[in-house]
Amino acid sequence: MALTGLEIYKLLPQTNCKDCNFPTCLAFAMKLAAKQAELKDCPHVSEEAKEKLESAAAPPIRLVELHGGNGKVQVGNETVLFRHEKTFYNMPGIFWRLGDDESVDELKSKAKRADAYQADYVGIDLKLDGFAIEAKSDPAAFASAIEAVRSVSQKPLILLASTPELAKAGVEACGDTRPLLYYADKDNWQEMAEIAKEAGIPLALRGATLEELAELTKSIQEAGVEDLILDPGLSGHLESLQQLTTLRRLSIKKSFRPLGYPVITFPGRDESSNEMLLAAGHIAKYAGFIVLENVDPSVLYPLLVLRQNIYTDPQKPIQVQPALYEINSPDGDAPLMVTTNFSITYFSVANEVEGSGWPAWLMVADAEGMSVLTAWAAGKFDAERIAKAVKACGAEEKLNHKKLIIPGHVAVLSGELEEELPGWEIMVGPREAVEIAGYLKAMWQK
Amino acid sequence: MTVETPKEAWTGTVREVTLGATADQGGTRSRTLTVGAESTLPFLHFEASIPNPPALALEIRDRKPDDWSPLLYEAWGDVMDDPAAWAKAAEEAGADLVYLVLSLTTSDGSPNTVENVRAVVRKVLDATGLPLAVIGAGQAEVDNELLVAAAEEGKGERLLLGLCEEKNYRTIVATAMANEHLVQSRTPMDVNLAKQLVILINDMGMPLERIVMDPTTGALGYGIEYGYSVMERLRLAALQGDKMTQQPMIVTPGEECWKVKEAKVGEGVPETWGDWEPRAIAWEGITAAALLHSGANVVVLRHPENMRRTRSMIDELMSSKAAG
Ligand code: SF4
Repeated sequence: MALTGLEIYKLLPQTNCKDCNFPTCLAFAMKLAAKQAELKDCPHVSEEAKEKLESAAAPPIRLVELHGGNGKVQVGNETVLFRHEKTFYNMPGIFWRLGDDESVDELKSKAKRADAYQADYVGIDLKLDGFAIEAKSDPAAFASAIEAVRSVSQKPLILLASTPELAKAGVEACGDTRPLLYYADKDNWQEMAEIAKEAGIPLALRGATLEELAELTKSIQEAGVEDLILDPGLSGHLESLQQLTTLRRLSIKKSFRPLGYPVITFPGRDESSNEMLLAAGHIAKYAGFIVLENVDPSVLYPLLVLRQNIYTDPQKPIQVQPALYEINSPDGDAPLMVTTNFSITYFSVANEVEGSGWPAWLMVADAEGMSVLTAWAAGKFDAERIAKAVKACGAEEKLNHKKLIIPGHVAVLSGELEEELPGWEIMVGPREAVEIAGYLKAMWQK
Repeated sequence: MTVETPKEAWTGTVREVTLGATADQGGTRSRTLTVGAESTLPFLHFEASIPNPPALALEIRDRKPDDWSPLLYEAWGDVMDDPAAWAKAAEEAGADLVYLVLSLTTSDGSPNTVENVRAVVRKVLDATGLPLAVIGAGQAEVDNELLVAAAEEGKGERLLLGLCEEKNYRTIVATAMANEHLVQSRTPMDVNLAKQLVILINDMGMPLERIVMDPTTGALGYGIEYGYSVMERLRLAALQGDKMTQQPMIVTPGEECWKVKEAKVGEGVPETWGDWEPRAIAWEGITAAALLHSGANVVVLRHPENMRRTRSMIDELMSSKAAG
């Protein structure tokens, strides 16, 4: 949690010696709080105060980055427990577990397919973030599995290695990328920390209890590894929710540094829970990395959409690209409707039209992401803008008619629109999306 | 090093609401359904008591619907031709509540009638011992007529009647009060509107113990995050002691999900969406799972496989091996 100028002042020597080039300690403190000065400019600050000030400046959940040959994933840096309080910032990285007990060819073909996976969701590309490669036999097999995956994918990796020997081989095979090394525990942490430190990569820690994890993060930090990930060994829905909530609360509400790191989960490890639903829970409540066993598109796509939805900034709702959208394969005789580019408005209209079975053209006008009524009230959805959209979207070439259906809420615009769009007939549609099917049935003659 | 588990000291409790009435209570249900009464966020047993698990309902119709996804026709089969058989099948599939939605028309296309609704409600009540919800077709005038008939037919059964919306709640609330039923109050994804409608319904004399609040959910990919956050905000307000937000919450992910492309159709969709049936079931299942995490007390589903999956998720979340 950031400190105020006064709180910082209390930690300074209060001698007003001016060595920092500020007239007083208080002036320096104010500049520090505003992030316009650096603590190192005061040569007299005590070690204790330094530690307090530095930890207060650090984010409550450390930001940890992984790099592949090309892609990168960053997790952590969250500041709230509920998305409406501000937003969730860094989406959990979703990784696919592959074992080195599979043949190199098999691994290559699997990784290649998963690497190429890219689904479109309202103009956003949804992808898998990377691969978690598990060492199941010896260092050589592990290294060749990693090389196989790297030969077909530039995505970041997580190395699942239980011994220092395996870890070393794995890290070496990663070249100059930045994988996550998983895992250190109370028995092997010294050697694992050494490997992670030398390679400059993040390290995941496994502990049976939060106490054990907190001890470990302290020791490993002292050993020189700062980027840490926690694995409290979660199994099942209940333990996941309770522990992840506890960890998030400790970081956000208690500024408890020893556990202020992102958490890695393996929702498919425990076969008694449905992996997909457990992963959904981990997305909603507070995982940093999620390693999946099953990434069949029928499971991956909905999970990626959920992640996108939960991590949408509530202050900046998803907008739909302004354009002319085809619904149910319309031809030149199909009706043309206009709505705004607020995603929920667009979806409710598109859904109703789609569900009605009517082929139709849906023109989305740029209303700065507002719903029909709000946009109209704010002057972002007026006759001029709608007319401009009609001309720009190419409707005139695609249609055999010149009829435009506008939302019932902006019926007042019809007169002005007829002036802006000479030769067009403006029809006033229903106020609510659910009434669209009935409206078309009653009002639209093919 | 000791690590304490941070606990919130909530001052409010979600209101306890019971649906259905047994013979002793003036109805004919073989069991009742009690939801709500928790004093903490979903499944945080270490913090405060959560006496009742979230309930699962299955939606059935008074006649075979015209526009459901082929996957749902496949899942339910012939029982969809007979609401009594369908209700029974829903009970067998593990529902806690049968959620009967009326249609505007009968199967031959003529307008639904009071006589038909009475007959359907009677049949369904006879076929299942579960508590029953009876929900209108969504047109105010028709609903008011049909729901009054349903309420009278089921007098004393403590049915859940809906949907009460801001524009149309008086008739439904009046008949629910006259016939000892409960109501579902639905508002469009907004904390204040949700609260306001509860107040309006309560002002008519309906006790708060007989109102279930429906804050409206969007399907996954179609605005779920709005409903999700509104639910979290309502629940936080309830736990902080805001009386008029303390109603248990009911949501309808089944209806919302099965009308979107991702669930409804199998052809003409991107390959990246994967195979139709698992994806469609995932759509409803993931939506339901997210809503349970945001505080849903009653989740209305359509696909029996999601009844099974969601039930096992809830069983886990309510098991007493509470960690922390
Ligand atoms: S150098 Fe340090 S002690 Fe001296 S005035 Fe600046 S803040 Fe105060």
